Amino acid sequence: MAENVVVADDGVDQSRRKFLTNATIATGAVGAVFVAVPFVESWAPSERARALGAPTEVDVSKIDPGQMTIATWRRQPIYIVRRTPDMVQHLEGHDGDLKDPKSDSSDQPDYAKNILRARNAEYLVLIGTCTHLGCLPKQRFAAGELGPSWPGGFFCPCHGSRFDLAGRVFNGSPASVNLRVPRYEYPNDKLLRVGADEKGVA
Amino acid sequence: MAAKTPSPEVRAPGAPLPDTVNPLPRKGFMGWLNKRMPVDEFIANQLTGYYAPKNFNIWYFFGSLALLVLVMQLLTGIFLTMFYKPGELTSFDSVEFIMREVNSGWLIRYLHSTGASAFFIVVYLHMFRALLYGSYKAPRELLWILGMVVYLALMAEAFMGYVLPWGNMSFWGAQVIVNLFGTIPAIGPPLVEWIRGDYGIADATLNRFFSLHVVAIPLALLLLVMLHLVALRRTGSNNPDGIEIKEKLGADGKPLDGIPFHPYYTVKDVVGVGVFLMLFSIIVFFVPTLGGLFLEGPNFEPANPMSTPEHIAPVWYFTPFYAILRAVPDQRTGALLMGIAVLSFLLLPWLDRSPVKSMRYRGPISRIMLALFAVSFVALGYLGLQPAEGLYVILARIFSVIYFAYFWLMPIYSRPSVDPVKAVPERVVFNAH
Repeated sequence: MAENVVVADDGVDQSRRKFLTNATIATGAVGAVFVAVPFVESWAPSERARALGAPTEVDVSKIDPGQMTIATWRRQPIYIVRRTPDMVQHLEGHDGDLKDPKSDSSDQPDYAKNILRARNAEYLVLIGTCTHLGCLPKQRFAAGELGPSWPGGFFCPCHGSRFDLAGRVFNGSPASVNLRVPRYEYPNDKLLRVGADEKGVA
Repeated sequence: MAAKTPSPEVRAPGAPLPDTVNPLPRKGFMGWLNKRMPVDEFIANQLTGYYAPKNFNIWYFFGSLALLVLVMQLLTGIFLTMFYKPGELTSFDSVEFIMREVNSGWLIRYLHSTGASAFFIVVYLHMFRALLYGSYKAPRELLWILGMVVYLALMAEAFMGYVLPWGNMSFWGAQVIVNLFGTIPAIGPPLVEWIRGDYGIADATLNRFFSLHVVAIPLALLLLVMLHLVALRRTGSNNPDGIEIKEKLGADGKPLDGIPFHPYYTVKDVVGVGVFLMLFSIIVFFVPTLGGLFLEGPNFEPANPMSTPEHIAPVWYFTPFYAILRAVPDQRTGALLMGIAVLSFLLLPWLDRSPVKSMRYRGPISRIMLALFAVSFVALGYLGLQPAEGLYVILARIFSVIYFAYFWLMPIYSRPSVDPVKAVPERVVFNAH
C-alpha cells in the first residue's frame, strides 16, 4: 500500500495555493453577480408595460359638481372628484384629527402640497388605492355619514382607514400617510392629463 | 460483543459496507443491483437500521402525513398544469374549464385545493408537537430551522398558488400581500414594482407567480424536505419524554428504547395515512370549499382591479398573522410585527432556557404559556377572518400580546428557578399494549 501513497509535502507553497484559491473564488463571485443582472432586470416592468403606462387624458368638465369619476392610469384607479364650494369648506377645522394635515410625509407633487391637495380647489385628483395595503377606498362624501363629526371623504373597507375630501388620513386609521396624488396638468380648461406635468412625463 | 460507540468506519468512497454490518443477499437481480447501487445498504442504514424511540404517540403522525400531502400536491399539481393557462385573459376561464369540462378535472382541482389546507393543518400540528416536547432544543436546532424554512417556502407556495385562479380574491390578496413589501423603508416602492413587473398586479405578476409556484418553489421544497430528513438522521427523533435514546445503548450497540423505523413505524404511519385519507375524502367530496374557509366565495368572480371585495381575508392558514397585522394602528409597525410573529419560531431553541425538553417534566408556567399560545394562535386565526372593527380589533390586540409573550418572555419563565422542573426518568415511559 505504501508505494501508492502520494506524499503531500513535496514543496507545496501553501500561501500561494491559498491566494490562488481565494482569487478564483472572488472572480467567480463577481461573475455570478454579473450573470444575475439579466435575470433581475427581467422582472422590471417590460417596454410594453411602460408604454401602456403613458399619460391618460380625462375631460373633467363632464363631471357633475359633488361627483367622482374614476380613470385608470398605470393600472391604478385615479379618483377625480369635482368638489363643491361646500365640500372645500369642510376641509378646514379638523386638522387636529389628521395624521399628516400638512402632507409633510405624504407623496404628492409640490403643487398639491397644500390644504386642498390639488392644483385647483374644484378638482381633487388622487391615486385611488389605499396607502395602507392598496384596496380601493369607497366614497363617503356626505358630511355626517360616518358619525357626527365626519366632514365627508373616503372609507377603506379592507382595514378601515378614513380620509377627508383632500385624501388626508384621519387618526386611528391603519394607513399612516395621505392618499397619493399623481403628477398631473391641465392642458386647457376642460382637459386633465394624469401622469405628466411641467417637469415632463412621470 | 462489547457495546461500541458508532465510530466512522474507514472505507474507500462508495465501497460496500462489510458483511457484518450489512448481511444481505447478494444473489439474483438484487445482487446485480447492489453491486452497482447501494440499494440494500440505503434501506439498512435509513429504514431497518434507523432506530426511533419506541414511545411515539399520536403527535408523531404528522411528519409522515406532511410528506404524503407534498406528494399529493405534486401529483395533482402536475395534472392541473396540463389544463391551466396562466394569463390575465385565460387563467380564470381555464380554471372553470378544469372544473366543468375536463374529465375528473373538478376532482383533481379539489384534491389540490383541499391539499393546500391539509398541508397547513398537518404542518401546524407537527410544529405544535415540537413545542410540546421541546423537539427544537439542542441538538435539534438545525432540524427545527430547516423545518421552519420549509414552512416559509410553503407559505410562499400557497400564496402564489392562490393567485393563479385569478379570481377577485386572488387579485386583491396579491395586492395586499405584495404591498406589504412597500412598507420597507427606502427600497419599498421600487421593490414592489419589481415584484409586480408592472404598475399594478398584472399579467406579468401572474406569470412569474405561476413559474415560481410550479417550478422554483416545489424544487426548493423537495430539497429542503430532504435536508430536514438528513438532519433528522444525525440527531434522531425526539420523543414525548424528551430523553435522548442514544444515551442508553444495549449490548448490541442499539438504543434500548429504540425500535427500527421499518417495519414498526412504517406500519404505524400507514394507519395514520388511512385515517387522514378518510377525513380528507370527506372534505373533498362533500364540502370542498368548507364554507368559504378552504376556497373563498369572492374567488368565484373574475379578478376586477376596479372593485375591492367587501371584506378581504386571506385563506385561514395565514389569518393568525393577518390579524396581528391589522391589530396595529401603524402600517409599518404592523408589517414588522407580522414578520416577527412568523420569524420568532426560528429563535425558539435559544429563547428556551429550560434544562428539560418535554412539557411532561416542566412546571406549570411553561405549560400554561404553551396552552395560552395555542389558544391565541387559534383565536387570531378566527379574528383574521372577521372584519377589522370594534371588539374584534381589541381582542386581536390582546391575543397578539399573548402570542408575543410566549416567545419573548420565554427566557424568563422557562428558567428552572422560575418554573421548577420535575426529575426526568432515565428511560422513556412506555406501556406495552
